Amino acid sequence: MDDVYLGEDLEDKDTAFTWEVKANDHAYHEQFRRKGFLCWRQKKYRSNAIHTAKYNFFSFLPLNLFEQFHRMSNLYFLLIIILQGMPEISTLPWFTLFAPLVCLLVIRATRDLVDDIGRHRSDNIINNRPCQILRGKSFLWKKWKNLCVGDVVCLRKDSIVPADMLLLASTEPSSLCYVETADIDGETNLKFRQALMVTHRELTSPKKMASFQGTVTCEEPNSRMHHFVGSLEWNNMRYSLDIGNLLLRGCKIRNTDTCYGLVIYAGLDTKIMKNCGKIHTKRTKLDLLMNKLVILIFMFIVVVSLLLTLGFAFMVKEFKGKHYYVLALHARTEAAESFFLFWGFLILLSVMVPMAMFIIAEFIYLGNSFFINWDLNMYYEPLDMPAKARSTSLNDQLGQVQYIFSDKTGTLTQNIMTFKKCCINGCIYDSDDEHGILRKRNPYAWNPFADGKLQFYNKELEHMVQGQQDTVVQEFWRLLAICHTVMVQEKDNQLLYQAASPDEEALVTAARNFGYVFRSRTQDTITLVELGEERVYQVLAMMDFNSVRKRMSVLVRNPEGCICLYTKGADTVILERLHKKGAVETTTEEALAAFAEQTLRTLCLAYKEVAEETYKQWEPEHQEATLLLQNRAQALHQVYNKMEQNLQLLGATAIEDKLQDGVPETIKCLKKGNIKMWVLTGDKPETAVNIGFACKLLSENMLILEDKDIKRLLENYWNESEQQRAFKMMTHHNIALVINGEFLDQLLLSLRKEPRALVQNAVVDEAPQELGMSRMDFLQARRISLMWRNIGATLTQSPSAASKIRESPEVRRERAFVDLASKCQAVICCRVTPKQKALVVALVKKYQQVVTLAIGDGANDVNMIKTADIGVGLAGQEGMQAVQNSDYVLAQFCYLQRLLLVHGRWSYMRVCKFLRYFFYKTVASMMAQIWFSMFNGFTAQPLYEGWFLALFNLLYSTLPVLYIGLFEQDVTAEKSLKMPELYVAGQKDDLFNYSIFLQAIVHGMLTSLINFFLPVLVSSDISKFGSSSDYQSFGVVVAISGLLSITLEVILVIKYWTLLCVGSIVLSLGAYVVMTSLTQSLWLFKISPETFPFLFADYNVLSHPVSLLVIILNVTLNTLPVLALRVVHRAVSKLRPKEEEVPSEEEEVAVEPAVRHLRRGIPARRSSYAFSHREGYADLITQGTILRKSMGESICVSPNPSEEDLPPHHPSQHRGSIFNPRKISILAKMKWSHHAKASQEEVHPDTGSQTEKQATLYLNPSDTQKPPTTSSAMSVSSSDDQAFHSVPSEYTLDSQPERLDVRSSSWKGLPWKDPASPKPSQLEVPKQQHSHNSS
Amino acid sequence: MTWSVTARGAHQPDNTAFTQQRLPAWQPLLSAGITLPLFFCAGLAFIGLGLGLFYSSNGIKELEYDYTGDGGTGNCSLCAAEGQGRAPPPSCSCAWYFSLPELFPGPVYLYYELSNFYQNNRRYGVSRDDAQLSGLVSALRHPANECAPYQLSATGLPIAPCGAIANSLFNDSFTLWHQRQPGGPYIEVPLDRTAIAWWTDYHVKFRNPPLVNGSLALAFRGTAPPPNWHRPVYELSPDPNNTGFINQDFVVWMRTAALPTFRKLYARIRQGNYSAGLPRGSYRVNITYNYPVRAFGGHKLIILSNISWMGGKNPFLGIAYLVVGSLCILMGFVMLVVYIRYQDQDDDDNDDE
Repeated sequence: MDDVYLGEDLEDKDTAFTWEVKANDHAYHEQFRRKGFLCWRQKKYRSNAIHTAKYNFFSFLPLNLFEQFHRMSNLYFLLIIILQGMPEISTLPWFTLFAPLVCLLVIRATRDLVDDIGRHRSDNIINNRPCQILRGKSFLWKKWKNLCVGDVVCLRKDSIVPADMLLLASTEPSSLCYVETADIDGETNLKFRQALMVTHRELTSPKKMASFQGTVTCEEPNSRMHHFVGSLEWNNMRYSLDIGNLLLRGCKIRNTDTCYGLVIYAGLDTKIMKNCGKIHTKRTKLDLLMNKLVILIFMFIVVVSLLLTLGFAFMVKEFKGKHYYVLALHARTEAAESFFLFWGFLILLSVMVPMAMFIIAEFIYLGNSFFINWDLNMYYEPLDMPAKARSTSLNDQLGQVQYIFSDKTGTLTQNIMTFKKCCINGCIYDSDDEHGILRKRNPYAWNPFADGKLQFYNKELEHMVQGQQDTVVQEFWRLLAICHTVMVQEKDNQLLYQAASPDEEALVTAARNFGYVFRSRTQDTITLVELGEERVYQVLAMMDFNSVRKRMSVLVRNPEGCICLYTKGADTVILERLHKKGAVETTTEEALAAFAEQTLRTLCLAYKEVAEETYKQWEPEHQEATLLLQNRAQALHQVYNKMEQNLQLLGATAIEDKLQDGVPETIKCLKKGNIKMWVLTGDKPETAVNIGFACKLLSENMLILEDKDIKRLLENYWNESEQQRAFKMMTHHNIALVINGEFLDQLLLSLRKEPRALVQNAVVDEAPQELGMSRMDFLQARRISLMWRNIGATLTQSPSAASKIRESPEVRRERAFVDLASKCQAVICCRVTPKQKALVVALVKKYQQVVTLAIGDGANDVNMIKTADIGVGLAGQEGMQAVQNSDYVLAQFCYLQRLLLVHGRWSYMRVCKFLRYFFYKTVASMMAQIWFSMFNGFTAQPLYEGWFLALFNLLYSTLPVLYIGLFEQDVTAEKSLKMPELYVAGQKDDLFNYSIFLQAIVHGMLTSLINFFLPVLVSSDISKFGSSSDYQSFGVVVAISGLLSITLEVILVIKYWTLLCVGSIVLSLGAYVVMTSLTQSLWLFKISPETFPFLFADYNVLSHPVSLLVIILNVTLNTLPVLALRVVHRAVSKLRPKEEEVPSEEEEVAVEPAVRHLRRGIPARRSSYAFSHREGYADLITQGTILRKSMGESICVSPNPSEEDLPPHHPSQHRGSIFNPRKISILAKMKWSHHAKASQEEVHPDTGSQTEKQATLYLNPSDTQKPPTTSSAMSVSSSDDQAFHSVPSEYTLDSQPERLDVRSSSWKGLPWKDPASPKPSQLEVPKQQHSHNSS
Repeated sequence: MTWSVTARGAHQPDNTAFTQQRLPAWQPLLSAGITLPLFFCAGLAFIGLGLGLFYSSNGIKELEYDYTGDGGTGNCSLCAAEGQGRAPPPSCSCAWYFSLPELFPGPVYLYYELSNFYQNNRRYGVSRDDAQLSGLVSALRHPANECAPYQLSATGLPIAPCGAIANSLFNDSFTLWHQRQPGGPYIEVPLDRTAIAWWTDYHVKFRNPPLVNGSLALAFRGTAPPPNWHRPVYELSPDPNNTGFINQDFVVWMRTAALPTFRKLYARIRQGNYSAGLPRGSYRVNITYNYPVRAFGGHKLIILSNISWMGGKNPFLGIAYLVVGSLCILMGFVMLVVYIRYQDQDDDDNDDE
């Protein structure tokens, strides 16, 4: 992280401020040139027209060809074709390689052309968008492409910003301009930009704009979206500019009538364009393997060519010495002849390189992506959203995933908190309505403030509330309405609540529906409407939540004059502060346990009446503590604690963090498929563990290890005996890890040091250039390690053991950790930053050569998504950023199951079958050439007709292969889902690896041997009508045998027979018939006898029964043994899993007692209190920074409710801290703004979650009397600053005790060490609950 | 991509069998019920076919004689010795005597066989001009470059037919004489030299250039015969339908062999008294020994054979069929054993399901 910061700083220093923009001065900008390609100099300042299209009409052919020949395989074939052009070494007819290559080039070029035409279209649409540009003295409607740097542009409401420009003025007060950046970063909340005061004041009319002569000096165009430094020089004054003054291309102007801007970067220089086009293509394991195998085949060909040439070197002596009839043909020296022949062989055997494989594979990938897009079972109707494969080259990898890294909020959960149950005065109130009757009629119709969305309804409770008899019930709801830090605003007669955490909002909303409506708040009052009666409570003190206190209290004076303390908090904290412990407390405690059992988030509510004297004594202490400059947090803590004693318990609430549909089932299914699931969340451990239980990731019989235990395990990990012990423990228990972000920090040391391992995606914005290289290195390293692994497990064992000794301790620790974690059933990482998320993925990728998948929905998951082998974005509420960086887009988490188990498995199986068959087919048909060389004196005579070679891979054998790749199904989708165990094959690379490849090659070789040598044997024994087998008939017999053999093989391979399949096979064979009769026809022979020499060869061959008999024999001999082998193998392998099952059952029996004992040891988990782990806004509220006393004001604090709020104990890692200075400057400006002319400002609910937290404050300036001085702005900003920074600092101080606290409360040590701990009566609780309910 | 725009959702995928990958399909299982009968049937069929082949092949009579004259054996060794080291070798005659104790049933075919002769050498194999042989005048005047060094004669005339294959035309000739009674006169057995080439080759692929003034010789004027030839191509035979490029011997020779040992048909015996075959008696084959093979260690054979429905004598094919057939049956039994062995488990599986 630190180096990233350094990098950023350095970049700042390095940036030369050489970009000069003069307003309204065309000629000035025109004169500058910069070095372009070769000596051709381009304009320095580009026009605003963008060209994302690669080609134009003239450049298409040359450029596209140039690009295509960048591919190694194409280049290789071009080389071969050039070689073929030399008559000395040409062994194949010219068209044999030329035709397929041209075909492939044309197919690919067509695809590129179609893509490019689309790009041209969209470019045209964008370039021709209208905008108003200042020309002369007035604004004229022009097109975007006419825009130049230095132009002044007028933008209206809802128009899109055409270029990066400096905001000069707007019609809003203080020259504010609101923009929506949904197209840039996907965040839908409004942001604002502000013009410099000087331009705002001066440039008030087009005339003045036209005479504007300012010069902007700034950095060269760069890709940093959130960074801009520059200055404006005007009238001999310099004003500094930052990103807050800049309107970025692609933003939409909102809520601002008109604004004016000066274009600074245009077209491709704009920040958004600079950020485009850096697409890192991820490649799959199979893809890499494929390339390697092709290279292997190539090397094989070279070696075989050398050997055959060697054979020729012997033969040529004989030819020259004895065979007088060819003597004159071998006129050169032996060495020269051999040299030429080597190339001849290279050409001859080049048909064995599966050239067509790549392009067919591309089609297969594309097709499978379409099937993903088309799948109705992954279509989410509420959002009208099908699944989408954004990357079309990763499908097979979906079938090999071994690790899933999942975000929590918004991915596993819906991030919707629902008020589920409550326990008031010992009675449990459940919702009467479980089946959605509520949706039909609103039971809260009597309450004008009800929002009608509450899912909770209990008739009995409603009666009690309306009856106003039970004070406990009254106080319960009152507490929920008073004790919180929610902000309220009124819009269209509707109350809108803005809370720091969704839990709080749920509670306040529940209170509101039950008639205790939180209406408005000022700095020191809270207004409620209690069952229609408005009551104003005076707030005496607000004791905010933090993670140490785990509670929040509000001290109020009610309208009657009594002082009351309302407290809500975690059960452990509240229960120990109670005044007395009676029956109610006990039943409440049991209710809490029951709630927790149902993985609900619970909260205890308590209150007490405070005597006037007590308050008077306490008040000065409080004041004093508030004013302390040092250790204020500590002091306040103590003061609060003093007040929060002797409470009276009111009850408890239970909130459901609603899981997405089908999450537990999906996780269970994926676990069965041997996929390890890691949850990476910024949330606190309690919530994460709670969710872990809710979604069945964790179960009761699991051993949960946390930081300390892991540390101990890791320290002794490489100690043999310890390791044995650890393993023993692991095999006997289901283990889950719960890790904190802090722990990860200590762990991920070497990875952090290793910049390339960081998979750079995490820092893609900062250094895009170097990135490509480093990624390559990293991939290279991975590839090599993968290769080693594949070569043989036995081989790797020793080097890795040796390397372990050489490894640095950090690396060993990391390795140990990954080893450990890989043996666990579940891993949950809490409080991790986005960066750490990516690091964890990188860690696993580094030490385990496995396929990783990351799934998330928010901007904080982007790093992780980019780092993982496969990134899946959930299209949720959190904007589109995750989606835009992902490879696959899903609407719901549960579709992951289908994506992996069905589509992934199918794709993998298809590609594997395709590869296996393709290699087989190529070898089976083409290897005969090698055998033939041994019979013709090693002279590289081709065996087959040139046309057969040319069309074999294109027409005769392509369609069935394509069918396998697109439609093959070994089992149906339903069965795939029912039997997740089938997925394991992909993880183990079982369907295609080196041994399968070897198998395919050997199989192919056998086929070719049979196909070739049977005719040889028959022919040497034959004398038939006309002549014994001549060269052409012989070639035809081998060719037909080969073609039929591979066709029969494909018939055996295909398990899913449809009409399409029959069609594809019939078409292929039909193509052979048609094309052969064409190329062997008299008509073509007459046109060019040299090109079509095989006149009627097939006809003559097939009219001889012997040829037919030989062909039948060949095909049978090729097919039947293989078939028998498969049948026997199938029958035998059926038995194997049965044998394996038996011992596993025994094992389970042995484990059983231990599990039971564990279960007993686990204490009830119920400290999952409903707070976000961030502090609320009590400080801001009480200090009055953002509140004014006047009524009817519109106040809105829109903090970021995101849970991804980074571990506060690492302020330096706080991603938001990069932006803190900026944020503060914005805050300062906001302060400033209320001195300007007032106008009513709209309130913008800020619901989106942002990584960069930014408090957007809308203030009513009307009651401000302070003069507009910078000093006031400064002071305000500093106080804001404090407000923002006090949180982390406090946490740092107290984080240690808090963690201990948590441990003692929730996980009392390691359960297996403490078998004597009393067993909570978990089974009895529900019964009691029930009785309470019925009473 | 085809998105159906329905009322429910604009992005809702089509619900068709194709897009949902639910095409009606048959998923064959390699069960015992299918594979075992297949193997046994195939095995039986192959054995039956193999027996037929074997017996019909055994019924075929074949007589062959190596007349290379190696190591002073046989009648032709003199010719062989005479031709040693001389190029072109002088014309020489020798004879092969044999007697038939019983009728050699017809139709009888006369073949010659060459061994260790690489007609499939690439440079040799491409050294021809199909355009020229198909009668194109332009190609006649300008033979293809592949023909080099037999493209142009020493005097610069185009060679017709050009190329190494044509140049190395087999030029031994045979006549067959029959002696009915011992000591009786030898009567020449008529050899049918027509239709020994592929019908398509003789009638379609090989064409003489158009006649000039009704004369083939004039059509070939301005060309030279291949260096090894003693006479021009239009004088290969007095029969106008068997001379020039459509000379049957030439056409047969031009259809190059696949392997270094090959037989080519020389003549058929099916005329006159000999239509039923060669009756018993003594026979003499007069051989004009021209073609040198000893230089490269080759052999020349002369073969008399009759044929059956499946062609010439070929015991291998029949044996191969028998072997493959029994192999099928063997595999069938192995599979049967495996099935029986694992039958119980299968049943259990089914019960479990």
